[in-house]
Amino acid sequence: MSRRLDFSARGAAGEALFRWTCASAATLLLAALGGLVVSLAIGGWPAFRKFGLGFLTSTEWNPVTEVYGAAGPIVGTLITAFAALLIALPLAIGISVFLVEFCPRRVARPIAVAIELLAGIPSIVYGMWGLFVLAPWFAEHIQLPIIMSAEEGSFVDRWFAGVPNGANIVTASLILAIMILPYMAAVFRELLLTVPPQVREAGYGLGCTPFEVIRHITIPYVGQGMIGVIMLGLGRALGETMAVTFIIGNSHRFPGSVFDSGSTIASTIANEFAEATSDMHSASLVALGFVLFVITFTVLATARGLLARAAR
Amino acid sequence: MRGSSPARARNRRIVNAIFVGGCGVATAIALGALVLILWSLVVQGIGGIDGRIFTLAQPAPGSTGGLSNAIVGSLLMCGLGMLIALIVGVLAGTWLAEYGGRTRYGHIVRFMNDVLLSAPSILVGLFVYELLVEPLGGFSGYAGAVALAFLATPVVTRTTEDILNLQPNTLREAGMALGATRAFVTRRIVWRAAATGLVTAGLLGFARISGETAPLLFTSLGNQFFSADMAAPMASLPTTIFQFALSAYDDWRRLAWVGALLIAVAVLAINIVGRLLARETHRP
Repeated sequence: MSRRLDFSARGAAGEALFRWTCASAATLLLAALGGLVVSLAIGGWPAFRKFGLGFLTSTEWNPVTEVYGAAGPIVGTLITAFAALLIALPLAIGISVFLVEFCPRRVARPIAVAIELLAGIPSIVYGMWGLFVLAPWFAEHIQLPIIMSAEEGSFVDRWFAGVPNGANIVTASLILAIMILPYMAAVFRELLLTVPPQVREAGYGLGCTPFEVIRHITIPYVGQGMIGVIMLGLGRALGETMAVTFIIGNSHRFPGSVFDSGSTIASTIANEFAEATSDMHSASLVALGFVLFVITFTVLATARGLLARAAR
Repeated sequence: MRGSSPARARNRRIVNAIFVGGCGVATAIALGALVLILWSLVVQGIGGIDGRIFTLAQPAPGSTGGLSNAIVGSLLMCGLGMLIALIVGVLAGTWLAEYGGRTRYGHIVRFMNDVLLSAPSILVGLFVYELLVEPLGGFSGYAGAVALAFLATPVVTRTTEDILNLQPNTLREAGMALGATRAFVTRRIVWRAAATGLVTAGLLGFARISGETAPLLFTSLGNQFFSADMAAPMASLPTTIFQFALSAYDDWRRLAWVGALLIAVAVLAINIVGRLLARETHRP
């Protein structure tokens, strides 16, 4: 330090000022989240007041008659997010276990880095790929054969009905799964790395196979954190917008079959908000946003709580 | 282990083999899907990259054009957004690491920051619409930048706190022992020691927001002409990709692929640089 140190009263004042500035920045963050909730609640209030609880249960969404019910998008959001989680979870566990336990270290690091990098690719890129590559492939090789083979009126015919263009709930869930997979695998891997080697070796010492060690020792050891990771993945899938908007087909109906088109809360807002003409239409979209916030906040808060406790 | 007959031992070996194989297959599936995505990006996008992409603005359907208005718009909005995020984020992260992190209020701030970190970005778009666009009467580049700042700040805060916590306490004690104030030690010694890490925080934040689409849809909206006026609606790469990909015109779709490739490459590059820098700082 060539600079002269300042021990004067100005130093004390500077200290207070600096400390106060830092504290205000922290408070600003808190205010941002608070402002977000309050503005969504205020903006959506007209819709809640007019439709009451029916806003959550009605499936009619009609800008022409000014009737808005959010059940379609809400159910679409929950279905796609849970389906995505169902697909991504076993894969994420498999990847992280493979990287931590079985893969040679030399290869494990580059793969882990690659997976972490891919977690950062923007969702619009995944969305485009879904729209132009996944959806057409899915329509031709999965949807069409199933529809063609179904007898009229049969179980398959009813449950797999839909326009064979690949834009439906299943493909949306698939693309969501691909998106949350690298993220979940990366966090899982970090959790598994926190397991002390002694604990694992004790299991091997008893003569356990690697599977038994992982099933009965490693995974229970990180149990709480794992639930946290699952819920973080779920939180991501619930709020993901662009990828789903590209590929879900964007119809407000309550989905009637597996291959039906649908919508999620986020995709509905993305599609309609800039073009909403009436006040009630925009208020209903903001109210949808408020519902999404409540759902994701609950999920994320639980996840963070569990992860924080696991880290201790 | 209950009774270890040869049959049971064999069953356990088989279950184990299936499990190990399954883990390998899962990794192969994931890597395969991700390679497939990157491959499509390169195949569809690389042919469209030439000088005109960077010099010409968005074309009318059927004529030649580029993405210059979108690229400039993205850079301006991400730049201003990052500036705000860096100022607020570094200060907030510093408060958490050096001052109030262990207080009750500190725990609340950290928790809310984590929630904000993974809150759906489209809600941030709605919020900034209600906060800035509606009251000020129009979409603008400033509103877009503020929306992006909301998304980058939690990243910067989190990373800053982590990095400052990595700085050895002896560093602080040395400064304090000379009679310097806490603020002086933080600014002149801790920040300086953590400089590379703070740059990493900025890069990670930048990578996080440079591909964000949803929050820009109703804040900066988009602009088909070249414009560097932050007070007016402004184009950005992600919203342009969104518009072009869903259009019915082949040349617009081709540009959308080029844009997607550009964004993916940029995000990957920023992340890699950030990682290299981070490794540099962690080296003792």
